[in-house]
Amino acid sequence: MLNRYPLWKYLLILVVLLFGLIYSLPNLFPADPAIQVSSAQGDALDEREVSRVQQALADNGIEVKGADLENGLWLIRLENNDDQLNARDIAAETLGPDATVALNLADATPGWLQAFSASPMTLGLDLRGGVHFLLEVDMDAAITQRLEVNASAMRELLRGERIRYRNTEIDGQTLSIDFANSEDRDAARRLISRDFPDFDYQSSGGGRSASLDMTLSDQIVSEIQDYAVNQNLTTLRNRVNELGVAEPMVQRQGPSQIVVELPGIQDTVAAKRIVGATANLEFRLEARGDTPDQETESFAFRNGSGRSADLMRDVIITGDSVSSASNSFDENGRPQVNINLDGTGGTLMNRATRTNIGRNMAVLFIEHKSEDTVVTDPETGEETIVREPYTERGLISLATIQSALGNSFRITGLDSPTEAAELALLLRSGSLAAPIYFVQERTIGPSLGAENIQRGLLSVQIGLLLVVLFMLARYKVFGIFANIALGLNLTLLVAVMSMLGATLTLPGIAGIVLTLGMAVDANVLIFERIREELRNGLSIQQALHAGYERAFTSIVDANITTLLVAVILFSIGSGPVKGFAVTLSIGILTSMFTALMVTRAMVNLTYGRRPAKKLWI
Amino acid sequence: MKPLTHLQIDFMGRRNIAFMVSALLVVVSIGALLFQQLNLGLDFTGGTLIEVRYGAAPSLDSIRQLLESNGFQDVSVQTFGASTEVLIRLQQAFDPEVGNEVVNLLSSNGDSVSLVRAEFVGSQVGDQLRDQSGLGMLVALGVIMVYVALRFQYKFAVGAVIAQLHDVVIVLGVFALFRLEFDLTVLAAILAVIGYSLNDTIIVYDRIREMIRGSRIDDMPMIFNEAINATLSRTLATSGTTMLVLVALLILGGDMIQNFAIALLIGIGVGTFSSIYISGALLIPLKLTREDLIPTKKAADEEEEELP
Repeated sequence: MLNRYPLWKYLLILVVLLFGLIYSLPNLFPADPAIQVSSAQGDALDEREVSRVQQALADNGIEVKGADLENGLWLIRLENNDDQLNARDIAAETLGPDATVALNLADATPGWLQAFSASPMTLGLDLRGGVHFLLEVDMDAAITQRLEVNASAMRELLRGERIRYRNTEIDGQTLSIDFANSEDRDAARRLISRDFPDFDYQSSGGGRSASLDMTLSDQIVSEIQDYAVNQNLTTLRNRVNELGVAEPMVQRQGPSQIVVELPGIQDTVAAKRIVGATANLEFRLEARGDTPDQETESFAFRNGSGRSADLMRDVIITGDSVSSASNSFDENGRPQVNINLDGTGGTLMNRATRTNIGRNMAVLFIEHKSEDTVVTDPETGEETIVREPYTERGLISLATIQSALGNSFRITGLDSPTEAAELALLLRSGSLAAPIYFVQERTIGPSLGAENIQRGLLSVQIGLLLVVLFMLARYKVFGIFANIALGLNLTLLVAVMSMLGATLTLPGIAGIVLTLGMAVDANVLIFERIREELRNGLSIQQALHAGYERAFTSIVDANITTLLVAVILFSIGSGPVKGFAVTLSIGILTSMFTALMVTRAMVNLTYGRRPAKKLWI
Repeated sequence: MKPLTHLQIDFMGRRNIAFMVSALLVVVSIGALLFQQLNLGLDFTGGTLIEVRYGAAPSLDSIRQLLESNGFQDVSVQTFGASTEVLIRLQQAFDPEVGNEVVNLLSSNGDSVSLVRAEFVGSQVGDQLRDQSGLGMLVALGVIMVYVALRFQYKFAVGAVIAQLHDVVIVLGVFALFRLEFDLTVLAAILAVIGYSLNDTIIVYDRIREMIRGSRIDDMPMIFNEAINATLSRTLATSGTTMLVLVALLILGGDMIQNFAIALLIGIGVGTFSSIYISGALLIPLKLTREDLIPTKKAADEEEEELP
C-alpha cells in the first residue's frame, strides 16, 4: 500500500499557495511615511522647490527615501515614522505660506502586485496612529426632530378624534398648536396630555387665537440630548466598523462631542464622507389636490430636473425603521437599494399603502450639511470660522403605489451605483439621531511608545520561533513538514486579512501568533496518531494512512464546534468581538487546510511513493 | 520522546479531589466577581483626555514614565497634529483640576507646557457591546450544546458546556481577585480560551467515543482513563507550544500584551485541566453508558468511511 494524492490536489495546493503569496506579499512593503507638498492652489510644485525641501530635511538630519510626483502632487518619502511631523514643520517653514504641506502615507506596493489589487494591512492606531476627527452633535436639531415627531403624532391623534386645529409651530423647546376656539383647545389638551406626559402644558389666548403651548421639561431635554449622543456613537461605530476588523476608536468626549479615530491617514475625504454623512430617508404620500395647505410641503427633485411635488407633512416611516439594506441593479441596469423594514416599520408601511393604492408615494432624501464661512473682525483682523448648519431635502423618487407594501421593497431613482452603495451603508448602520459637524481634524501619533512596540514585536517573533523549534525537536522530519505548513498558514491568514482590509494592532499580532501556536494542534494530533499506529504494529504506509484518517474526525469535530462559536460571535457581537470572530474563523479554515492537505501532500511526496523503511517522527 | 506516551495515569480514580478543587476555584471566583468586581480598563470605563502644547518637541516616553511614576493609571500619550502638541488619555475620572495637575507635573522639570483642553471621554466600547457579548456567549454555549448533543450525545453536551463555563468563570475570577486590568484585549483572550478549551474537550470526547465503540469493556472510568492517556501526549504538546508562545509574550511583550498573556495562560491551564477532569470525569456522575452511543453506531461508521 502506498500513499498518493491525485494530481488535482497538488494543483489545488499550488493555486492556493500562489494566491496566498500574491495577497500577503504587499505586507512586506509597508506604506512609507511621507509628506505631500503642493502649491496653495493645489498644483504641483517646481522641482527646484522640492529639492530645496529635501535639502532642508537633510540638514536637519531627517533621512529622505525619495521624492516622486504622484497624481500631480509631490510625495516626499521618509525613512522614519517619527520624523514625519518634524519634516512637515520644516517643509512648511522652507516653502513659506504659498505652499500646502500635508502628511500622507505613500503606498509602497510594487506595481505588479497592485495589478492584482493587492494591498497591505493598515497598521493600527497603537502602532502607527491615524487621523483624529472631533465631531459636534447638534443638540438643538435633536430637540427639533423630537418635537417634529411628536407634532406629527399629535396631529394624527387630533384628526382621529375630529378635533380641528390650525397650525403647529416649533420654537426651541416648545411646540404650539393653534385652534379655532378654546373648546377645541381644551378638548385637545385633555386628549394630548394623556398620551404625552413629557410636556409641561400651557393654554394661552382664547377664541380665535386659542393655542396650546407644550414645553419639554429640562430633564427631558437633557435625556433627549444624552440619547442623541449615545445613538450617534452607536451609529458611527457601525459605520466605521462593519466587519469589526478596522480597529477604529469612537469615544464620547464632553457632553456633546464625539471623537472618531481611524488608523492610517489615507483618503480622509472618503472617511469624512462616511463618518459625517447624516443622510436619512423619509417616505411620504403625495398630497391630494384638496389637501389643506398647512398639511403639505413642496420639495424639488434631486436630479436637478427642476420638477417638484407637493407632499403630505406627515411621515409614514423614516430610515430609522430600516432593518437591512443592500444595493444592486434593477432589470434595466440602474442602481437600486433593496430595503427591509423592521416589524413596526412594516406595519406602518402596510397600513399607509393599503388604503392609498393608486396614490403616489415619495422617497425624500434628507441630508444635514454645514457651511463654513471665514469672518474677519474689522477691528482686530482676527479671523473666525462661522458654521452655518442647513438641511438639504430632495426627492429621490415618486412612484404610484400599485399594491400594499410590506416589509421589503426597493427604491430606484439614484444617480450612481456609488450613491446607492453609500445610501445602503448609511441605512444599514442606522441614521444619526441628530446631525453632526466636524470641529477638528488632526493626525495622531501611535498610542503605544516606540519601546512598547519593539518589545511586543520581539516577543511575538520569539514566540513563533519557540513553536518552530518545539515541532522540530519533537517530530524531526515531520516537524519540518508541520513548520512549512505553519509558514503557509501564516501567509494565507495574512492574505485573507489583507483582502478584508483588516487593521493590524499589537494585540492582533499576538493573536495571530497564538492562532499559529494552536494551529499546530492538528498536526500534533495526526503525528501522535501515526506514532500510536506504528506502536500498534501497523506498517509504515498503513500507519500514515490510518494516522491521517483517524485524526480527521477529531480535527473536524473540534474545529467545526469552534467555528460555530465564531459564527455566532460574529452575528451577535459588535466591534472588537466581531473582529475577533472574523480572525478566528479565517484561522480555523486556513489551519485546517494547511494541516490536513499540505502536510499530507508533503508526506505523500516524501514517503508515499515507495516503500519506506523508517519514519523520522 | 516515548516516555510521554507510555504513562498510564489513573485520572478517574482521583476525580473527587479534582471536583473539589474545581468547586473551590469556582466558588472563590464567583465570590471575587461579586465582592471585588472586575477592574475595568480605559476601554470600558472612559476617563480624561488632556491636550497640552509644548514649547519644543518633547519625548513621549518620558512623559509616559513621568505620569505613570506619579500614580496615573493606564496612560496613553500621542502626538496630536504637530510634534509639539500632545494628547494624553488617563483612566482617572474627570474633574476640572486634573488638567492643571498634569500640566504642573509635566512642567516640573522646566519644560514650557500649556493646557489646551481637558475633558472627560466616554468608554470606547458601548453598553451595546457588553450586552451583545454576554448574549453572544450564551447563544454560543447553547449552540455548542445542540451540536455536541447531535454529534455525540446530550450527556457529552452537558459536560462540554459546564467545562466552558468553569474555564471562563475562573479566568474572570482571577482577574477580579488580583485586580488585574480587564480591557478589550483580555475580552478577546477569554473568547480565545473558550475556543481552545472547547477544542481540547472535543478531542478527548472523540477518543472516548471511539474507545467505547471499539471495546467490549463496560467499565467507563477505565475507558475514560485509556482515552485521556492516549490523548495525553497530544494535549501536553499542544498546551506546551501554546504556553511557550504565551510565556514569551508575558515576559517580553510589555504592558499592552501582558494581561492578554496572563488571561490566556490561566485559561489554557484551566482549560487543559477541565477537558480532563470536568468534561471527561463529569460523564461518570452523568451515568454515560455504552448504550448511549450504540444507536448512532451504524450511521456514524458509514459517515466515517465516506471521508477522504
